Amino acid sequence: MSEALLQIRSLAVRYPAPHGQAAGAVQALSGVDLDVAAGECLGLVGESGSGKTAILLSILGLLPPNARLGGSIRFHGDELVGMPLKRLNQIRGTRIAMIFQDPMSALNPYMRIIDQLSEVPRVHGGLSRRDAGQRALEMLEAVHIGEPRRRARQYPHELSGGMRQRVMIAMALIAEPELILADEPTTALDVTVQAQILELLQELRERTGAALLLVTHDLGIVAQLADRVGVMRHGRIVEQAGCLALFERPQHEYTRSLLAAMPRLKVPA
Amino acid sequence: MNSPWRQRLHGHLGLLIAGSVLMLIALASLIIPALSPYDYYTPQLELISRPPMLSGGHLLGTDPLGRDLLIRVLWGCRISLLIALLASLISVVVGVLWGAIAGYAGGYTDALMMRTVDVLYSVPFVPFVIVLTMLFGRQLWLMFIAIGAVSWLDIARIVRGEALSLKRREFIDAARVSGVHGARMIGRHIVPNLLGVVIIYATLTVPTVILFEAFMSFLGLGVRVPLASLGSLIADGASDMQAHPHLLLVPAAVLASIIYCFNFLGDGLRDLLDPRKHS
Amino acid sequence: MSSTAPMPLLEARNLGVSYAVRHAGRQVRLRALDDVSFDLARAETLGIVGESGSGKSTLARALLRLIPADAGTVRLHPDIDLLGLRGAALRSVRSRLQMIFQDGVAALDPRQRIGEALEEPLLVLKPQLSGLQRRERVRLGLERVGLERAHLDRFPHQFSGGQAQRIGMARALMVEPEIVVCDEPLSSLDVSIKAQITALLQQLKQDLNLSMIFIAHDLPAVQQLCERVLVLYLGRVMEIARCDALFDRPRHPYTRALLRSVPIPDPRVARGRRTAPLAGEIPSSLTPPSGCVFRTRCPYAVDRCAREVPLLRSIDGSEVACHRAEEIEGIRT
Repeated sequence: MSEALLQIRSLAVRYPAPHGQAAGAVQALSGVDLDVAAGECLGLVGESGSGKTAILLSILGLLPPNARLGGSIRFHGDELVGMPLKRLNQIRGTRIAMIFQDPMSALNPYMRIIDQLSEVPRVHGGLSRRDAGQRALEMLEAVHIGEPRRRARQYPHELSGGMRQRVMIAMALIAEPELILADEPTTALDVTVQAQILELLQELRERTGAALLLVTHDLGIVAQLADRVGVMRHGRIVEQAGCLALFERPQHEYTRSLLAAMPRLKVPA
Repeated sequence: MNSPWRQRLHGHLGLLIAGSVLMLIALASLIIPALSPYDYYTPQLELISRPPMLSGGHLLGTDPLGRDLLIRVLWGCRISLLIALLASLISVVVGVLWGAIAGYAGGYTDALMMRTVDVLYSVPFVPFVIVLTMLFGRQLWLMFIAIGAVSWLDIARIVRGEALSLKRREFIDAARVSGVHGARMIGRHIVPNLLGVVIIYATLTVPTVILFEAFMSFLGLGVRVPLASLGSLIADGASDMQAHPHLLLVPAAVLASIIYCFNFLGDGLRDLLDPRKHS
Repeated sequence: MSSTAPMPLLEARNLGVSYAVRHAGRQVRLRALDDVSFDLARAETLGIVGESGSGKSTLARALLRLIPADAGTVRLHPDIDLLGLRGAALRSVRSRLQMIFQDGVAALDPRQRIGEALEEPLLVLKPQLSGLQRRERVRLGLERVGLERAHLDRFPHQFSGGQAQRIGMARALMVEPEIVVCDEPLSSLDVSIKAQITALLQQLKQDLNLSMIFIAHDLPAVQQLCERVLVLYLGRVMEIARCDALFDRPRHPYTRALLRSVPIPDPRVARGRRTAPLAGEIPSSLTPPSGCVFRTRCPYAVDRCAREVPLLRSIDGSEVACHRAEEIEGIRT
């Protein structure tokens, strides 16, 4: 069996309490094992506090400085934990990209869209300003932003929430990453816009063959996009299965209760 | 050992020290004159302007009329602190009510009230006090009124700003839906949520007030002889600076310490109260 | 709006709300709600759904007189002009009409203990009650929402989102109102807590025979709680229908698209969904499209839709604001 694109073994993350007390420390993750194969979509579901965001932050080395991390995260066989910053920066943004929940926090409010989009191809790809700008426009078209030339010259606050999310997806994909990490990418969006963004993610995945590690609390999104699903609770993965298998034959009690609590629309047969 | 108290004050050592020093000065000014054999008004013409002597009676020396300087300075502290605290109290009460009502009411009321503040701001303080002194003579209570009348303006402005942003918060809407309005809204919901800001600015108002008073006394307005405030002591000391420096240095040092401590206290309170709200 | 039914508890007619904003350096008026009309019958729960810019929160605030309406009327049974009330008259009506807010913790005064917060509506709106009676009601109110006496002495920040929402519900019910407006009460809650709070609302609704206006973007919860549903888009009413009718046979193109956009936790159904039901973005409320505001995204739009604003009309028991509602029926999606 070929090696997985991303291999996580025994990942543990601990946030110490303020002023070095014993009580009050938070074990965000304990003993997490996870694989993501090339081109597949793994959905991570759980409620808030389950640790799902901590996994994404650990992969990219974005945990706060006081966090204690243990275990191994291998990307293409290379160990990311403890990797020197210089090498990590070559991987972050180019081979592994992230889409955040709130586009405004990822976008620089003082930079035009085109400048932000061109940053990665210029810095990492060594493209000239013109070529990077051209690439940026292509990406804006790929994410179906209407009037891309006009929008490119605007600032983030001039765009709607859905459009900002598209820009963020464009930024994530512009360097053609092999792995995309998405942290609740549609939670802040209206339901009709969410449907568009999910469709877009699906389409882009098929086109580029990138793998997607999608973190969400919404089982409906997971049902639509994920090939395999991991259920998280209190920092542990309680169940991992193929998408259909998880929904039809949930093994763990927590998975069952999550499925039962999930509100579903009663649609006519 | 990391008790909860220790944690809270961690990094707020300055606050603790400033607070303690002020307490000490206040207590000293109350207790020591009662215990001392000397008073602040009886002249002793055989002991004019003696420098500080750590052995015989007068620890800090005597003033031009032979009165014990330590006692004079402590009495000066009493007066200065009294004026400062009372005047600050007046200005805080008036300023908070004015600002809270203006901010919450909005519209014409707000405009009218704040334009009044603007007009009062432009009144020159010193001529104002001089006019008051001409009308009513040199009275101590005049100092309270004069200073209080001026220092409430800053607080009013700040409180109004806070009230404006508080007005938009969801719990104010919830209170309105419960029928709360007018005095109850301002008293139970607006003002208590401003207190953090008010305490900070009130504490920082005190040094300003003390300096105002000192300045007034220095100009010859304010306290009447034989009573002394730190300001009047400094004025007296300044005129005799060359020959008897202790007459200037002692009250000046005490005044500077008090002001320094209040500023430290205000800054410390600001650190203590504000970030907790955001954590 | 049948003439044989008893008089509705609440009647909104042509309700309009706008407010002044700065746009491109000028003062303009933004129409948040336009020509909104609906009825609320006794013991009925009316759901109000819509996305951003739909005006649903504005509607809640306008009904509770937190913001001014600049058009239309709202009549409270038997003959009270809700929008025209002032001062003491308005306050006396507040004991009939209450609200549950979106963020339970933010809706509580951080400096007030819960016990006082719960007593406050009684103090202000029912001053004839004695202290003992008030405290008794508070105790009962807490029990009803599943909280304990010990909680009375605590401050809002000591509670979780779900608990704070329970407190909000208890507070709203203190004065025994006839109508409770819930402004997105589930939005800030975790999935498992949502289910608990929804169940609690259901129970209270039945036990106290409440009339509710339930505002949400969460369609499954609306389906569970409401008898009738009103769909808002860009401040205008698109459709009003009985709950089962709306979810089984949505008549307005927007309603159809909305329902088909909701993610379904069933891979077999969800996988089959290839294209998003609705393209385009919600237009800006500052420059709403002419005629039917939905036409820019509607797959069935024709010329008439740009010229004429479609009025709400009755089709088989539902109210629909669409020129082509009957034709669309026949088109399979």
